[in-house]
Amino acid sequence: MTPLLSVQGITKRYGAHIGCADVSFDLYPGEVMGIVGESGSGKSTLLNCMAGHLTPDAGQVVFDTRTDGPRDTITMSEPERRMLGRTDWAFVHQHARDGLRMGVSAGGNVGERLMAVGERNYGDIRDKATDWLGRVEIDASRVDDRPTTFSGGMQQRLQIARNLVTGPRLVFMDEPTGGLDVSVQARLLDLLRGLVRDMGLSAIIVTHDLAVVRLLADRLLVMKSGRVVEAGLTDQVLDDPQHAYSQLLVSSVLQV
Amino acid sequence: MTEYNFAYLDEQTKRMIRRAILKGLAIPGYQVPFASREMPMPYGWGTGGVQVSAAVLTPKDTFKVIDQGADDTTNAVSIRTFFQRTAGVATTTATSDATVIQTRHRIPEEPLHEGQILVYQVPIPEPLRFLEPRESETRKMHSLEEYGLMHVKLYEDISRHGHIATSYAYPVKVEGRYVMDPSPIPKFDNPKLGDMAAIQLFGAGREQRIYALPPYTQVVSLDFEDHPFEASKADHPCGMCGATDSYLDELIIDDLGGRMFVCSDSDYCEARQATGHKGKDAA
Repeated sequence: MTPLLSVQGITKRYGAHIGCADVSFDLYPGEVMGIVGESGSGKSTLLNCMAGHLTPDAGQVVFDTRTDGPRDTITMSEPERRMLGRTDWAFVHQHARDGLRMGVSAGGNVGERLMAVGERNYGDIRDKATDWLGRVEIDASRVDDRPTTFSGGMQQRLQIARNLVTGPRLVFMDEPTGGLDVSVQARLLDLLRGLVRDMGLSAIIVTHDLAVVRLLADRLLVMKSGRVVEAGLTDQVLDDPQHAYSQLLVSSVLQV
Repeated sequence: MTEYNFAYLDEQTKRMIRRAILKGLAIPGYQVPFASREMPMPYGWGTGGVQVSAAVLTPKDTFKVIDQGADDTTNAVSIRTFFQRTAGVATTTATSDATVIQTRHRIPEEPLHEGQILVYQVPIPEPLRFLEPRESETRKMHSLEEYGLMHVKLYEDISRHGHIATSYAYPVKVEGRYVMDPSPIPKFDNPKLGDMAAIQLFGAGREQRIYALPPYTQVVSLDFEDHPFEASKADHPCGMCGATDSYLDELIIDDLGGRMFVCSDSDYCEARQATGHKGKDAA
């Protein structure tokens, strides 16, 4: 089986400082990978390198494209990479404001990706947008409201709808539940888990919240100081951490 | 008049502007940056159009200026006088006699012919500006032909108003490639942009951009399949000349709700009146 995404030796430096160093892994279709670690451990740098927002200093990010099979996305041309970014890839930002157009209605936000890939029928775009609002549990009557009138949890769900509307195969998520209160987090996680399973999505989730990866991720990478210190199945890593840092991370979680 | 170089600008500046114009003509719809000069008038009064006119004028040209269609408004009169003084060219108000026409926000009703140049004054040349504030990003979007965002604007129009409410500066696609802001002309004029016999030049002074449409260029107004583009105008005949096919201004004539509709193109209206056409409000 061909991996959907194969990351090999990704290294990114900020001057003398290491962002992330020599990270490699394979992600298979339908698999959800969690990346955990403390602040500054290079999680977001790694995610941005994979999603094409940053150019790594070394390494390859090979994606199994629909038309041409496995391609290195770092050396492919910018138009191709940006095309991937609005068709087969999706990126969910930590802050919904970074991923939404706040001056554009919810329907317009969801429809933007459709229009970007050439959809030109207003009725169809609107139907699809309304359908997606329903799937992320936003009332259809809010389709013409701006995201500024939405609560934090709704904005995050709208951002997810906007990203998934073109049926991507790989979703990058940067702390998708950060900044939300726990009950809203629980609903969002439930929703995400349902969508990931129903659509057969592959996802890479960066988070420092172990509960999120416990619920969503099949496999886990633990990062510290820009390096992967432990990798394995989620339950295995969380229940029987081997590396000293993973042990610290797991034991730091408050048991209520 | 001898105090100024011909048409106010020095020859090197005109040369620089002509290079930008030629590049613009070679890549229809592409915004060419140029080193816009300070002109003796405020930004927003047509500094871009004036520089383009200065660069294309020759002593043999006949010059016409229109402002919202009219030859006799402040902007039109001052720019016409400016070139009378600094270039000594002949001026006219008749569309067919002019070889260079500088316009603010209208295309003349009378079809232009080959050999004429239409110069537009452009306040904001970037059609994506209010959707994407970063210039670096809009340039990238133009170069990679990522124009989905333009339709988001039209989508918002329909969702809010039930139809495409953008009525001026309506975005167009040139030769299937560049999306272009046609300057704030009413969308009634959009169909005239395409396949025009005259050369169309667009100058934005403050924003330092020049772009162009060579004669007989394909220009398509953006729309949705189920909400097609419509060139709209007030549904009345002209009160002075009775024309039903021209773009109209609505004038409030008293404080009792009285109003009349008049051709915005003053030359077209006067020519029609001179040949005996008469509207219901004509004295």
